[in-house]
Amino acid sequence: MTYLITQTLNGLFSAALLFLIASGLTLAFGVMKIVNIAHGSFYMLGVYVASTVVLRTGSLFAGAVVAILVVAAVGFLMQRVFLRRFPADPLAQMMMTMGFALLFRDLALMIWGGDPFTLQYPGRLRESIEMGEVVFPSYRLFVIVVAALVGVGLWIVNEKTLIGARLRATVDDPEMASAIGINVARLSGVVFAVGAGLAAFGGVMGGPILGGYAGLDFDLLPLAFVVVIVGGMGSLKGALVGSIVVGMIDNFGKALVPELSYFTLFAPMMVVLALKPTGLYGRA
Amino acid sequence: MKRIKCFAVILALALGAVFLRAQAPEGPIRIGFIVPLSGAFAQNGRDILNGFLLLLDEVGYRAGGRQIQLIVEDDEAIPAQTLTKARKLVESDRVHLMAGTLLASSGYALAPYVDAQQIPMVFPVVSSDDLTQRRRSKWIVRTGWTSSQPNHAFGEYAYRTLGYRTVATIALDYAFGWESVGGFQRTFEAEGGRVVQKTWTPISVHDFAPYLAQIPRDVDAVYALFLGRSAVQFMRQYAEYGLKGRVPLIGSGTTTDEAVLISMGDEAIGTVTALQYSAALDTPDNRRFTAAFRRRYNRTASYYGESMYTGGKWVLAAIEALGGRVEDRTKLLEALRAAKPTGLPRGPVELDEYGNPIQAIYIRRVDRVNGALQNTVIDTIPRVSQFWKFNPAEYLRQPLYSRRFVPGT
Amino acid sequence: MAGRDVARTVTARHVAVGAMALLLVAGPLFLGSYWIGLLTQIVILATLAMSLDILLGYTGLPSLGHAAFFGVAAYAVAVLSTTYRADFWTTVVAAVAIGTALAAACGLIVAHVRDVYFLMITLALGMVLWGLSYRWIPVTGGDNGISGIPTLDAHAGLPLSGPAAFYYVTLLVFLASAALMRTLVRSPFGLTLRGIRENEGRMRSLGFNTWLHCYLSFVIAGAFASVAGVMWAYYNGFVSPTYLDLTASSELFLMVTLGGPATLVGPVLGAGAIVLLKNVMSAYTARWLLILGIVYIVAILAAPRGIWNLGGRRSG
Repeated sequence: MTYLITQTLNGLFSAALLFLIASGLTLAFGVMKIVNIAHGSFYMLGVYVASTVVLRTGSLFAGAVVAILVVAAVGFLMQRVFLRRFPADPLAQMMMTMGFALLFRDLALMIWGGDPFTLQYPGRLRESIEMGEVVFPSYRLFVIVVAALVGVGLWIVNEKTLIGARLRATVDDPEMASAIGINVARLSGVVFAVGAGLAAFGGVMGGPILGGYAGLDFDLLPLAFVVVIVGGMGSLKGALVGSIVVGMIDNFGKALVPELSYFTLFAPMMVVLALKPTGLYGRA
Repeated sequence: MKRIKCFAVILALALGAVFLRAQAPEGPIRIGFIVPLSGAFAQNGRDILNGFLLLLDEVGYRAGGRQIQLIVEDDEAIPAQTLTKARKLVESDRVHLMAGTLLASSGYALAPYVDAQQIPMVFPVVSSDDLTQRRRSKWIVRTGWTSSQPNHAFGEYAYRTLGYRTVATIALDYAFGWESVGGFQRTFEAEGGRVVQKTWTPISVHDFAPYLAQIPRDVDAVYALFLGRSAVQFMRQYAEYGLKGRVPLIGSGTTTDEAVLISMGDEAIGTVTALQYSAALDTPDNRRFTAAFRRRYNRTASYYGESMYTGGKWVLAAIEALGGRVEDRTKLLEALRAAKPTGLPRGPVELDEYGNPIQAIYIRRVDRVNGALQNTVIDTIPRVSQFWKFNPAEYLRQPLYSRRFVPGT
Repeated sequence: MAGRDVARTVTARHVAVGAMALLLVAGPLFLGSYWIGLLTQIVILATLAMSLDILLGYTGLPSLGHAAFFGVAAYAVAVLSTTYRADFWTTVVAAVAIGTALAAACGLIVAHVRDVYFLMITLALGMVLWGLSYRWIPVTGGDNGISGIPTLDAHAGLPLSGPAAFYYVTLLVFLASAALMRTLVRSPFGLTLRGIRENEGRMRSLGFNTWLHCYLSFVIAGAFASVAGVMWAYYNGFVSPTYLDLTASSELFLMVTLGGPATLVGPVLGAGAIVLLKNVMSAYTARWLLILGIVYIVAILAAPRGIWNLGGRRSG
């Protein structure tokens, strides 16, 4: 029982981080049909930028704010200056994001060096909570709560606001959306920036536990893709459900059958894709 | 038209390179050096290179009366690329000897080529046991270590001196992990200790939570083998899950190597590991080396940083012994194997007949001294060979340590 | 722009192909062995890139896992020639057959998937096969891979030693593969593939079995990738999981898209450009990855349809 509770909480923590990364990826895909290979780089840049700020100010909060702003700005520029030149060419877009991924990877190495690092825990969150037999780190609980709040926030924006309505309309049918006066180009830039910022935020949230290191970008990218695929590309609800499914499978898979952990994630993804190519909540 | 220009550029590049290739027969001694300088292992590669550069600067890039020319190539830690770069160094740059590489897979990829080309090569870091054991190569001289080497010594030490009787291990699931854990388990159990649980974590894991939850709390110690970012993450998470302070942590040298120690906090304090080097080793030679390394690179020398400083001393000693006449490769290889460089940061080292060092293994404990973490040397086990106290011939008859197989257990 | 001067475009292409052919055929006569080695790499990777082009360019199925078949065939060569000591022809035929059979099996799962979903399912497929090469240690040697594959001349028992001889063998295989692929894409079958790429629904309503065409295209691409994998195994003399990892598949993807999809010549150009860029640049600067990233970005800005399609109509 103890084991089950601990591992479930671990799974939820993985799910929380995955959700922060994947929600941006899925939105960008929904609006622009971009398969963003540089999305893992946004996560990585988030940790690195935050590390510099934390070093100067000692505040993880400040680090998170600056990281989100900086990376969102990078994402915005990337979309507005480069990606939007190829609105109808997913291959060119994808290749371009590959180029950016290489660029970011080497820039990070150049600026921050290749040493791995972790961020400091915020405030008093470094202790673990002990309830009977169950030992669980309080910071992980904090991340789960924060991700849940972000999820609720995104849901409110998506369902209850004008920009959310525009967003949904654009995901459904970009041509129709622009016909009824939605500025799809600007919306795309904003969505891309928000996605980049969310990924960066995920990086900062994971920072005290997973830290940052050279190669982080490509380690996380496939996982984020799995989430988006399982949930369905373009769907926020899918990203949420996908994160939980993937977080749990990943965690229990590693714990129960570590030998198969290279397959426990990707095999289910192949099954989902083979049976229902659009994922659980995706539209064809 | 653009396309024509494009081709012109490519053609010009190819042709230009051909003419650059022409080399004068006499001239400097050319040393080819391959390490990853881009990608995930760039920092390790940079450290290895830096140790060598430091040494070459000390001698003014001269040995045996000749100038030394160092040609550095980046292999991205991709074995196929290691081979491509070796081909460039040997066939195009016509180097007299090679040194380097970081990963075992690169080492194995290179060995047949090195043998076929009959080019002497120094391995300062690659630690795969079999490269100087069952699959040893005539032309490779290892100045580093075998994965199991420090762990043979450490297993016995953990039983006799640390007084541990039961140990659980958690290690990266690949050859480096198997050989290290295997070496530890073999001597630890030979003494009477028991490894009660072995956990193997896939190399792609960055959250060790699923495994930490399964580590038994009633063992005398946990033996951990990680390196690079996984060491930093593991150390954090070991403390996070309330294991620190409850179960003592011991492990392989790379788990608390100086390259990762700078990224750790108080959670690492007290961890005991074994390796052939510690930056905190208190000898005049090492104090001089670490001070020079810090002055020049503003970093603590790690075992990576030390590796090619020592490896380089081998190269220089061989060149000196030949009076700079390195053109005869067989003689150069013999000189490398016979070299006895002194003043090494890690202390006295000699090569065994299989081309692997016999050297002291240091038992190190992580302490905070003057605000910084260091690997304080708490004990020294002198003259440890890759075969420990076993008979080499018998040792080699048994298969290599693997995930499941550990001889004598 | 497109029709600015068709005659000149054609001439430029002929000049380009001529120059390339000259370099490929006569190169070894004046190049050193290291450069012959690079040419060999280019020729092998060009075969691989062309095979992806059938899938990506002509059928419109972008695969991020294509290096898997290349890698599996290479592993087959390694295992058969070292562990089982099979003779040359058995090894070669079996390796190509294994790669192709795997593609045939995987094709059943992926051939009905389209667009970006195809990208994703092949990514997953690639990751699974990479995991297999990494994890199936008794057969694959895990992370260390398998070394000690015999040289081509020793294994085949032919008087072909030396880099130049090996190069010409690969060149022959490359030319034969290129000719076959060229015939294929110009055949009615190839035209159907293009039709599917442009408008699958229409092709289906015209009575074509589009699933079968996509499936066959996948299998054929896998077969040629296996041929390249066999050559790669003999060229390097060892195999390792990096042959089929995501980085390898992405690089391959870039070769095709950079050179020009649906042209066959473009991928050859892309393979050549990337191999040369990597190896020449990295000799001068450790920051070459940064430069490579910028080169990709600039190349797409300047030639979104690939170098080969620059300024001209989109062929294929």
